Amino acid sequence: MTRSDTQPVIEVSELTAHYGSRKILDNIDFHVEPGEIRIIMGGSGSGKSTLLRHLLGLNLPTSGRVRMLGVDVARASAGEMHELRRNIGVAFQGGALFSSMTVGENIKLPLREHARLDETTMDIMVRLKLEVVNLAGFEHLMPAQLSGGMIKRAAVARAVIMDPKLLFFDEPSAGLDPVVSAELDEMILRLREAMNMSIVVVTHELESAFKIADRITVLDHGRILMTGTVPEVQNCPHPRVQDLLNRRPRRAEINAEDYLQRLTGG
Amino acid sequence: MADTAGQSSALLIEHLGRTAVAAIEEFGYYFLLWLESLYWLLFGWMKKQPVRLASMAAQMVTIGIAATPIVTILAFTIGVMLAIQGIATLKTFGAEEQVVMGIALSVTREFAALITAIVVAGRSGSALAARIGTMQVSQEIDALRVMSINPVRYLASPVLAAMMLMVPSLTLIADFAALLGGAVFTNLELGLSYAAYLDRTLGSLVFDDVRQGLIKSLVFATIITVIGVSNGFQVTGGAEGVGRATTRAVVLSISYIVVADMLFTYFLNR
Repeated sequence: MTRSDTQPVIEVSELTAHYGSRKILDNIDFHVEPGEIRIIMGGSGSGKSTLLRHLLGLNLPTSGRVRMLGVDVARASAGEMHELRRNIGVAFQGGALFSSMTVGENIKLPLREHARLDETTMDIMVRLKLEVVNLAGFEHLMPAQLSGGMIKRAAVARAVIMDPKLLFFDEPSAGLDPVVSAELDEMILRLREAMNMSIVVVTHELESAFKIADRITVLDHGRILMTGTVPEVQNCPHPRVQDLLNRRPRRAEINAEDYLQRLTGG
Repeated sequence: MADTAGQSSALLIEHLGRTAVAAIEEFGYYFLLWLESLYWLLFGWMKKQPVRLASMAAQMVTIGIAATPIVTILAFTIGVMLAIQGIATLKTFGAEEQVVMGIALSVTREFAALITAIVVAGRSGSALAARIGTMQVSQEIDALRVMSINPVRYLASPVLAAMMLMVPSLTLIADFAALLGGAVFTNLELGLSYAAYLDRTLGSLVFDDVRQGLIKSLVFATIITVIGVSNGFQVTGGAEGVGRATTRAVVLSISYIVVADMLFTYFLNR
């Protein structure tokens, strides 16, 4: 891959995506610079998870382009995609650890499949990453024996085992208590420091977002409302952004005629 | 009135059309999945993404070795049942002695392969759908994909290989067990010695009879794998979806097995 260090690591242009006939993403433009921690924020149903799936190449867009580390995800050959995915790490919302394997085997899996290393070297690398996420000594446990916070940290260890250039987090604080969630935030900052990765975090937790973000992208109903630094987002006058910041319920406008029609099923 | 009748028949036709399209789509999915699993088995090592022998071996143990006792017992029972029925039917013609040939042919051509496939579908086909379906629900399949570990190579190919080896092996074991069952009952009922039974069995069997059963068992192995894996991958809707996929996998594979059996019997006996 021949690309300069200043080129954006993620370039999304005019991305539109549907789920069945429902439009989920509408003309999204989205860039992430190298070394940046970017938060994608939005309420439920804003399309943030769908955007993440498109970034990971798990869904293909209706139209528009997704380039990751210079590779066009929709047009990449199997070989290019393989190469790209070795440079990407993902920590899924529920961890997505393989329940039939120990924590250590889980973390080792990408190494086993993609690198030709002997068992001892792989073991050492696994322990190194477990140290990074403060899980040293837990490699022999099964995922079912771990707490929620530990599962997330083990998932992070697996995500960074190949030393990716780009790391994704899907709702890192979902289902965690405030202390564990704060620890996870610290860990994200530390990972960037230590490994110089670009990090994209999808979340709806404001506190965590404000703590770790370089810039925040706010999504609503499949559109980008704004992208900016923490103070810029906090001072944004847009009513939907303010709704989100102040936990205000949406003010749905009721049209009497539509309402009646919905009720009668016509 | 006529209008609503027209409307409902239009709806019926639309429903029929959609069902047909969905069925064809699903069949295409099965076929592609089968092709892809074979592709990784044959050419994966060239792309440095081989199908792991260790996971194949693990599958062979759960699919084959663990099923051996139940297959043996059921096949033995089938052998006894065929002997009972055969003797009762042939008695009317005074030709009880011919029962040996009847058992030998129907076991090797038909029943050994069929009972093995049904047991494996019930044990492993359902487990396969449940395991892959659970992985789908908990995003483990997505995790495999973003780690650039092809889920078909990692999950489906080892199972296909294991099934292609173990189902025919189990069928052979079932052949022996069912023939033994027949021998035991014939011995008790007609006083036919085991040596004479063996002699007549070997006399009435040709290699092609056993081969017919083995060819069928390869087809059944493919059906169980492809249907189990596909239904697992297609799970949506959480735990309930996994349950539905599991049931569907078993019912569909047994149905396809019986239909395929009929078709193969027809074509192999022409």
